[in-house]
Amino acid sequence: MTHLSPQPFIRIRAARVFSLADLRELWNYRDVLLMLAVRDIKLRYKQTVLGVFWVVLQPLLAGLIFAVIFGRFIKLSSDGCPYLLFVFSALIGWQLFAGILQRAGGSLVNEARLISKVYFPRILVPMASAVAVLIDLAVSALIMVVLLMLYGMWPGWSLLWLPVAVGLALALAMGVSIWLAALNVRYRDFMHAMPFLIQVWMYASPVVYSNTVVPARWRPLFDLNPMVGVIDAFRHAWLGLGSMDLFAVASSATWAVVSLLGGWIYFRRVEQDLADRL
Amino acid sequence: MSDLAIRVSGLGKCYRLCHEARANRYQTLRDDIVRLPRRVWAKLRGAKYEEFWALHNVSFELELGEVVGVIGRNGAGKSTLLRILSRITPPTVGEVELFGRVGSLLEVGTGFHPELTGRENIFLSGAILGMRRPEIRRRFDEIVAFAEVEKFLDTPCKHYSSGMYMRLGFAVAAHLDAEILLVDEVLAVGDAEFQRKCLNKMGTVAKSGRTVLFVSHNLAAIEALCSHALLLNQGIIAAHGATLGVISAYRAMRPDGPIGEADVRSHPNRVPGSKPFFTHVRVFSDAPNSESISMGRGVTVEMTFAASEPFDNLQVGVTFNDLYGRRLVNFSPTHQAPQALRDAPRSGTMRCRIPWVNLLAGRYLLTVIASDDQGAIDRIDDCLDFEILPRDVFGTGRIPGPQHGVIYLESEWSVRSFDATRGTES
Repeated sequence: MTHLSPQPFIRIRAARVFSLADLRELWNYRDVLLMLAVRDIKLRYKQTVLGVFWVVLQPLLAGLIFAVIFGRFIKLSSDGCPYLLFVFSALIGWQLFAGILQRAGGSLVNEARLISKVYFPRILVPMASAVAVLIDLAVSALIMVVLLMLYGMWPGWSLLWLPVAVGLALALAMGVSIWLAALNVRYRDFMHAMPFLIQVWMYASPVVYSNTVVPARWRPLFDLNPMVGVIDAFRHAWLGLGSMDLFAVASSATWAVVSLLGGWIYFRRVEQDLADRL
Repeated sequence: MSDLAIRVSGLGKCYRLCHEARANRYQTLRDDIVRLPRRVWAKLRGAKYEEFWALHNVSFELELGEVVGVIGRNGAGKSTLLRILSRITPPTVGEVELFGRVGSLLEVGTGFHPELTGRENIFLSGAILGMRRPEIRRRFDEIVAFAEVEKFLDTPCKHYSSGMYMRLGFAVAAHLDAEILLVDEVLAVGDAEFQRKCLNKMGTVAKSGRTVLFVSHNLAAIEALCSHALLLNQGIIAAHGATLGVISAYRAMRPDGPIGEADVRSHPNRVPGSKPFFTHVRVFSDAPNSESISMGRGVTVEMTFAASEPFDNLQVGVTFNDLYGRRLVNFSPTHQAPQALRDAPRSGTMRCRIPWVNLLAGRYLLTVIASDDQGAIDRIDDCLDFEILPRDVFGTGRIPGPQHGVIYLESEWSVRSFDATRGTES
C-alpha cells in the first residue's frame, strides 16, 4: 500500500496565483514537452514527400530572391559583403523568430481537443511548437556554413555571438508567442492578422537592408524594435561585420524579459478557463 | 484504514449563459470592439448574465482504495465534476484536495495521432496522461499484449481497425500507475468483447487498492465494480453511500421524467442559417420507471417549439445517428402521415412515438429538423444522445452486438440436405 502524506498532492482552487510550484510542475511534465515536439517534427516529415527538401529549399529560395531583387537590381548596401551571405545570415534569425510565431501562435487552438480531455501545463503546447522550429534552424545553419565555404569565408571569434543571438531570438519569440497563443484563443480573428503582422515586422527589422542605412537620429527609435538587436547579433556572429550595437542588444534583452514575464502572467490567467473557451 | 484520497468541499461551477443570438460561437476582436459601447452601457445599468450552476455546493470525501460510481441523468453535473477533478476546468468556488497521483481517462486514445505508429502513440499518449518515459518503457510489453497489436506496432494508427485503435488507447490508460483514477464513460464505445475486456481490467484496478471514480450510465457495471456510489441531480449530490441504495434512489427519482433532455434554444450544433424553432427536445422510454431504453422497446421523442415566423405546411423530421455520424433512420410524417402536422400551432409540443426500436445496444445521437414549403426552418444536429441497453430480444440468451451491425430483424431459417434437393429436381 502506498503511504500518502497528510499534505495534499494536488489542491484545486478557484484562483491560483503565480508560484515557484508552477516551475516545478513544468519540470515534472518535461516528457510531455518532448513527446509533443517529437510528434510535430515527425508529422512534418511523414506527411509530405517534400518535407525534408522543403526545410532546405524554403530559406534558400527566400535568400536567393532577396539577393537578386535587393542585391542585384536595387543594389542595397551590404556593408561590403556578398549580398547573399549578408541577407542569409540575417534570414536565419528572422525565420527562427517568425517560424515560432506562426507555429506557436495558433498552437492552443489546434490542440483544443487535447486540452479539453486531459490536464497538463498548457504552456507546454506553444513551447513544443517552438522546439520543432529549432530543427529548421539547424538546417539553415548548415546551409549557411556551406554558403560561407562556397564564398571562401570563415567566421572568426564573432561566431561566439551565435548562442547569444539564438538565445535572444528564442526568448523573444517565446515571449511574443505565448501572448499570441492566448490571444488567438480569445479572439479567433486574430489568426488572420498574424501573417500581416509578421510581414510588417520583417521590413521594420534590418533583414534585407543594413542598419547603417537608418539615419543616426532615428537609431534610438529604430533600436526599440527588439528584432534589430537580434538580427544584428546573427549577422555579426556569422560575418563579423563592424561592431555589435550593444544598445540594440540590450533593448532586445529587455523586451525579451518583459514579454516573457508579462506573457507568463497573462497566460496563467487565460489558462484557467482555457477548456471552457476552446 | 482511513487514509483520505479525495476531499471535495463546497465545490461549485457556474457557467454564464449568453442569450444574445450569435451566429458564430467564437468571440472575435472585431465584435468586441464593436460591442464595447454597448457593454459599458450594460455594466452601467447593472445588467447581469443569467447564471447556470452546473455543480452547486458539492462536498464529499473518498478514502484510499474506494471505488465509487457516479450516476445521474444527462446534465446532472457528472462530467463537470470529472473535468474539475481532472484539472481541465477550474471550479468557480470551493476546493478539491487530491492525495496522490491522478490519472484521468476521459476518452479512449488521448493524444493519439492517426499518422503516428502504434509504438509512437503509446509513448505520446502515455506521456500526456502523466507517465514518465522509463515507466512507459517498463510497461510497454504489457500494454502491447493487452491491446493485441504486436504485429501492427510500426503501422500508422490510421490503418488500424476501430477496435484495435480503442484497445490500444484503453491499454495505455489502463497501465497508468496513478493512485487516483478518474474514468468517464469510455466503456460505452466499442464492441461487446472490448467492453468485457475493459470491465475486467477495471475490476483488477479496483481490487488493487487504488481509488477510482467511475462515471457511467451503465448501472450494471457500476453495481459490479463499485462499493459506493454518488448520485448527482441538477448539480447537487442527491445520494452518497452503498451502491445498491444509491441506485435505487436513482431509480426512484423522477420516475416519469425523460431519459434525455436538451435545451436547444441556443445550441452550438444548430445549423447556421436556421430560424430557431425547437426549444427543448426530450426522449422518454415507454417502459415506466425506467432510466434507459432497452432493445426492442418503445421510445417517444418530444419536441417543444416556438416558431419565430409563420410557416406554411410544416414538416418535421427526427433522425437517429450513430457515433460515427452515420444517419441510421429518419422519422417524419412526410411519408407516413402527410397531414399529421397540417394544423400545427405556432408554438407547442409535438411527440413522435416509435413503438419498436430495433437498434442494437449502444449509444445514439438524435437530430431534429423542421422545414416548410419555403425551405429549411431549423435543424440541430446531434442535439441529444441516448443509450439503448442490451436485452434478450430473441429469448435465446444470445444478444447480437455491435459487430453484427446496427439493427436486428427477425429472420426465419430452414435447411434441407443436398440429396433431398437433388431428389426433387430430377
